Amino acid sequence: MEAPAVIFYVLASIALLAAVMVIWSRNVVHSAIYLVLTFLCVAAVYVLLRAEFVAAVQVLVYAGGIVVLFLFVIMLVSLQDTLGPRIRLHATVSGILGATVVGLILYVYSRGPLATERLLSVPPEDSAGNLQSIGQALYRDFVLPFEIASILLLVAMIGAIVLAHQKH
Amino acid sequence: MDRQALIQTLVIPAAQILAVVLVLPLVIAYLQLVERKVLGFMQVRLAPRRVGWHGLLQPIADAVKLLIKEDTVPEKSDRFLFTLAPVVTVIPALASLAVIPFAAEPFHVFGYEVNPFITDINVALLYLLAISSLGIYGVILGGWASNSKYSLLGALRSSAQMISYEVPLGFAIIGVMMLAGSASMVEIVNAQKAAGVWYVLPQILGFFCYFIAAVAETNRVPFDLPEAEAELVAGFHTEYSGMKFALFFLAEYTNMIVVSSIVTILFFGGWLRPFPNAAALAFLENGWLLFVPLVAGGFLGWLADQKLGGGLRLMFAGGIAGAALGFLIARSDVLGLAGLQVPAVSGVFWFSLKVSFFLFMYIWFRGTYPRYRYDQLMALGWKWLIPLSILNVIGTGLMILITG
Repeated sequence: MEAPAVIFYVLASIALLAAVMVIWSRNVVHSAIYLVLTFLCVAAVYVLLRAEFVAAVQVLVYAGGIVVLFLFVIMLVSLQDTLGPRIRLHATVSGILGATVVGLILYVYSRGPLATERLLSVPPEDSAGNLQSIGQALYRDFVLPFEIASILLLVAMIGAIVLAHQKH
Repeated sequence: MDRQALIQTLVIPAAQILAVVLVLPLVIAYLQLVERKVLGFMQVRLAPRRVGWHGLLQPIADAVKLLIKEDTVPEKSDRFLFTLAPVVTVIPALASLAVIPFAAEPFHVFGYEVNPFITDINVALLYLLAISSLGIYGVILGGWASNSKYSLLGALRSSAQMISYEVPLGFAIIGVMMLAGSASMVEIVNAQKAAGVWYVLPQILGFFCYFIAAVAETNRVPFDLPEAEAELVAGFHTEYSGMKFALFFLAEYTNMIVVSSIVTILFFGGWLRPFPNAAALAFLENGWLLFVPLVAGGFLGWLADQKLGGGLRLMFAGGIAGAALGFLIARSDVLGLAGLQVPAVSGVFWFSLKVSFFLFMYIWFRGTYPRYRYDQLMALGWKWLIPLSILNVIGTGLMILITG
């Protein structure tokens, strides 16, 4: 095996192991930390695929932002013993959903071009245009879908503020 | 792989990393002594002067003390996370140094070209933002795992503060990226050389937003609410002692150095001398020829002040005399020293000088400003810095559009 393949399998197994530990560990804070580890390994896989921009954004947004907010909420709200019966329902529903999604992915994987060796192939061109090409795709070629998506986010944000404000 | 390639791809980067990681603690130890000395001067009191001549060995004594101190772990703490927290604080701080260019021209060592930076990647700025956003985990985990109310309060404050100020921090550097057309540190400095102007002039608003937000990110005065000693004992690191405390300390000062380096590179021309395109000022290339006599003259004057009690008057006189002598040496090449020009050394000199200035600003802030109240902190971040930094992006866009 070549070096990139070895690195990929090491990273992927750490990511999977950490992902399992996210749902396995009894302590919510530990779960959040394993989630960060998963995100970091995924970011490292992006670097391996020469997608440095995506890797940096992955770390910045998911590992550096969203999980910090998770932790913030976990520390403010004590989750120790309130979730007992509800967790069982959640576990059933999410188990079924998760199995369906995994089955779907495996089905697509077995049929599509992903099943061939292209999974590990690295884009051959120099990655200098990484930042520029993403910028051009977002702000020139696909500017309308991009703006629609940002309006969706804006609506969600205003909605959250309105909901939070009504409590008083 | 043959021997040549092996050295180029493995040995040299390893040596560079080792050099940075080994030199850094020493720099930080003495940065801390400088901080105490300057604060002492500002508060009209004597700073440490027991260990060594005028306290010069104090940092070493402090380091030894921290190393041999008992390493306590609170009984009801989460041991694993309590130990992990200082480590995950230090790693991002050190990792940020990987993309900081100290100069541009390579050194030549045993026939190999050694760059004065560890690496130059084209998403360096994003990498820095991403890595520094991870540093917050050490604070949160340390505060939570300590199982102490003061620590938890410090951690909560800190996470809210760091998340809030990350937004203007990111927006403030967009203007520089737009002007330079790149996110690589080396390219940004080269763009400033090509433009003939440090970006602090066209990006004055961006510079203010960045520096204020960065001081808040490093949890320093006047944004040191996470460890407000009057309210929270020591905030998130209340329960830490010995080496674990030293790691938090190391991370804080490393972050200060990283922030000062980023400000230097983005807004103050990195390793470039002042007015990099003015041929008349070419003698500044040998900046250390000016600087060494200046410091030496100032030092001699200071010694005379100590003996005669001139109230620092002789120190300034000595400094000016030294600077004049250095100017003569550099300008008219009296001793032939100007021939000693090594571009990398010149670059590292100017870079360090600028970084030292911003480190001094940090200390100056600490000696000057009172701490913000929590609501003032949030108002400053969300109501002033974020709109201002967005305004800066729009203004820069308009400027580029008009001037072409």
